[in-house]
Amino acid sequence: MEVGKSVPRVDAFDKVTGRARYADDLCPRPVLEAKILHSTIANGWVKSMDISRAQALPGVVKVLTCFDVPAHQYPTPGHPWSVEEAHQDVSDRKLLNRRVRIYGDDIAAVVAQDALTAQRALELIQVEYETYPPLLTPEQAMADGVKPLHEEFPGNVLKRHVSEIPMPESDFKCAGDVLSFPGYHQFHGHYETQQVQHCHLENPVSWAYVEGGRITVVTSTQIPHIVRRVVGQALGIPWGSVRILKPYIGGGFGNKQEVLYEPLNAWLCTQVGGRTVRLDLSREETFQNTRSRHPISFDVRAAVDGDGFLMARECIAVSNQGGYASHGHAIVSNAVTGFRQTYLDQLAHRSEAWTVYTNIASPGAMRGYGIPQCNFACECMMDDIALQFGLDPYQFRYQNLMPPGYVDPLNGITCHSTGARECLEKGREFIDWDRLRREYQGQSGPVRRGVGMAVFSYKTGVWPISLETSSARVVLNQDGTVQLQLGATEIGQGGDTVFSQMAAQAIGIPTEDVHIVSTQDTDTAPFDTGAYASRQTYVTGHAIKKAGLLFREKVLAYARELLKRPGELDIRGREVVDAASGEGLLTLAELASEAFYSLDHCVHITAEATSQCKENTFSFGCCFAEIEVDIPVGKIKVLNIVNVHDSGRLINPKLAEAQVHGGMSMGLGYALSEEMKYDPKTGRLLNGNLLDYKLPTALDHPELHALFVETDDPSGPFGNKSLGEPPAIPVAAAVRNALLHATGVAVNTLPLSPQRLLEAFRKGGLL
Amino acid sequence: MIQVLKCTVNGKPVELGIDPRESLADTLRERLGLTSVKKGCEVGECGACTVLVDGVAIDSCIYLSVWAQDKHILTVEGLQDENGELSPIQRTFVEEAAVQCGFCTPGIIMSAVEIVGSGRHYTRDELRRLISGHLCRCTGYQNILNAVERAVEEVHRTVGK
Repeated sequence: MEVGKSVPRVDAFDKVTGRARYADDLCPRPVLEAKILHSTIANGWVKSMDISRAQALPGVVKVLTCFDVPAHQYPTPGHPWSVEEAHQDVSDRKLLNRRVRIYGDDIAAVVAQDALTAQRALELIQVEYETYPPLLTPEQAMADGVKPLHEEFPGNVLKRHVSEIPMPESDFKCAGDVLSFPGYHQFHGHYETQQVQHCHLENPVSWAYVEGGRITVVTSTQIPHIVRRVVGQALGIPWGSVRILKPYIGGGFGNKQEVLYEPLNAWLCTQVGGRTVRLDLSREETFQNTRSRHPISFDVRAAVDGDGFLMARECIAVSNQGGYASHGHAIVSNAVTGFRQTYLDQLAHRSEAWTVYTNIASPGAMRGYGIPQCNFACECMMDDIALQFGLDPYQFRYQNLMPPGYVDPLNGITCHSTGARECLEKGREFIDWDRLRREYQGQSGPVRRGVGMAVFSYKTGVWPISLETSSARVVLNQDGTVQLQLGATEIGQGGDTVFSQMAAQAIGIPTEDVHIVSTQDTDTAPFDTGAYASRQTYVTGHAIKKAGLLFREKVLAYARELLKRPGELDIRGREVVDAASGEGLLTLAELASEAFYSLDHCVHITAEATSQCKENTFSFGCCFAEIEVDIPVGKIKVLNIVNVHDSGRLINPKLAEAQVHGGMSMGLGYALSEEMKYDPKTGRLLNGNLLDYKLPTALDHPELHALFVETDDPSGPFGNKSLGEPPAIPVAAAVRNALLHATGVAVNTLPLSPQRLLEAFRKGGLL
Repeated sequence: MIQVLKCTVNGKPVELGIDPRESLADTLRERLGLTSVKKGCEVGECGACTVLVDGVAIDSCIYLSVWAQDKHILTVEGLQDENGELSPIQRTFVEEAAVQCGFCTPGIIMSAVEIVGSGRHYTRDELRRLISGHLCRCTGYQNILNAVERAVEEVHRTVGK
């Protein structure tokens, strides 16, 4: 069995020797450098621009402004293109924009012989603005009389939708009736999450050149095939005349599930005669001008019966979209859907979701796609309900959890397998829940301890909300090994390793005999939409399995031709064997040599398959956290923390564990320290750098514990389900609920920073 | 304006023309092709560009190349021995699954080379402090600490034998 083994990463050797090449490592030197002029207002218009002094600076090749770019707008999110116009992504930006929608918007660009010259040229450009007050919150943006950011959306509301699940026969007419029924416990709460950034260590970087009349962009992206399409759309050129190369990337976490600066880089290249141009973002630009996780505010209600069952819930979510649509309404829509799914409502559920344009840096996809936000709201609510109505928070969750076989009434996603209850049991035992809940009751004094938990569910891929498809190609080498070619991408998560294991498993050869082509070149890589939605082990896994089995059949057919003997054949290890006796008949190296060079029947054995995935499934898990809080200082120390996951069968347990560590770490930053902050007067991002934005260091971490409950999901190619994003989801709420346990103070806004805690402790009478 | 920099890089004497304003990170990456030296912030916040200068780990993005005159510089490219064997810390990084996207990896490995080479024992918390100048978004530092801890122990066991 190759699947299920903790084989070392296939890229580890190259990465520890510094030999793994990332986008900028491949760039020829010297190279023309592009730099972008960012607006010094958050809201308004560029009235005019004087570029004469910049253009005259020696070493400057070209200065281009928002007055020079193509007039049409294009979309940027990493979604599969929809052939139905109504479902296409929002096209709301140009390559450079006259209408300024965020502080630091892209309004001009310089191409120069070196970076310093380009930077100096930017400083010589004179800009005249028409300035409006910055609108940083949805309330400000929706106020009467404000100027719309995009003329297509006069009230600054990108989209609002309301949904209710069908109700069983009863006297109640709608969710509102159940929620206000006096016979049930009635709960309402308000929770808010903050804007955070991915902080992948490699900033987005790309370089572009024209060759053979076509444009090539080498870029740090999660989604090469989508970048190809969007570069074509943005430049108004046929998609086939664009070639994207994606080498190793230094993390993405969803930020690079967006077409960021590849279109501008490509266009600038075409404006300087097709010469190679590099566009290398600074860390500050990464914060200000690329994506982030949406701040979302939630108003929730619940009705709970006397036995502690959820009768109905309502979730109203308002998402702050910043200046550009990016993924549009999809993320808050996913948030309210995720809020609905983890627990079952016996009677009714109402969702209302808003996406509102404002002038903050535009959020987009980030690990969890709305679910970390809704999980904070949902799991705070579960603890608050338990406290208010005297329920046990563990039991209350346990008895309301999504049952096996659950079918979401609105999108049809089905619970094909669940280890949710086992996850809860395992986490409870690991953290010693019952003892700690007892021991930490009724503490006094300035330093107190508490233990909290949170549960999540997460779908796998995007079907049926969007297309799910993947293709894989297996190619025989002369020595009997194979190459695996995919459009799916390695972004640090270990994709290449588990893809190799899957191919090996399907074919029947050792993993080390699968040579994966890590770099995607859209000219040769089979089509796949890329790394997002924790989809690749599931969706791409199906394609790999299909191509692997097809390849195996072709190898066996050729073996039968060579061997001319009766009986079933099989591939084991590096041999074709008699299936019944296991007797070795022909090595794969011998077979390959024959197939490549036979004077009688020469054939290059390859297999290619597309798997369109029309299925989805839920993974589950939970976090248990034990904390100590120093009340006068407002500081939380996490003493012990564990995540328990049901991601179906693990393809590589060691890598799965590492993936959980990383997610927990991101969850801890979300819980305790990370937040993008703005100057309300100017709309300028105040902490867009790695010093002032408090990314957790090794010193800020406790030991991270990752446990698993393995289920065998019938819809997964190898029994597996989503794993990449889920670990980041439940941590913040678990820490917050531990704080509630320790102090009795409910802090409903993230992050749980010292300032916020002191304020809350004062209000709660602890200080 | 070009100045001549003479130093040793990964054991080899080097003499080359540099701009006196340029950082050691740029010299190593742009002029010598040592692309293991990664740039994540260019202001000494992330640690990705860490190299050893005369055995001391520094952020090469905020270290002027002219300061490296006559000094010995070591990058990850210089760690494998003449037979191609990985150094202990590179090996434990592989074995402990401490590598994910790999972008912070060369920098942390160089700090770890300094730590491992000190000949001292460290507690887990001391190691946390020693690597806290390196940011990593993929691993939660858990397996990185395991790798550093193991390399320290292994080198201790074999030194003097």
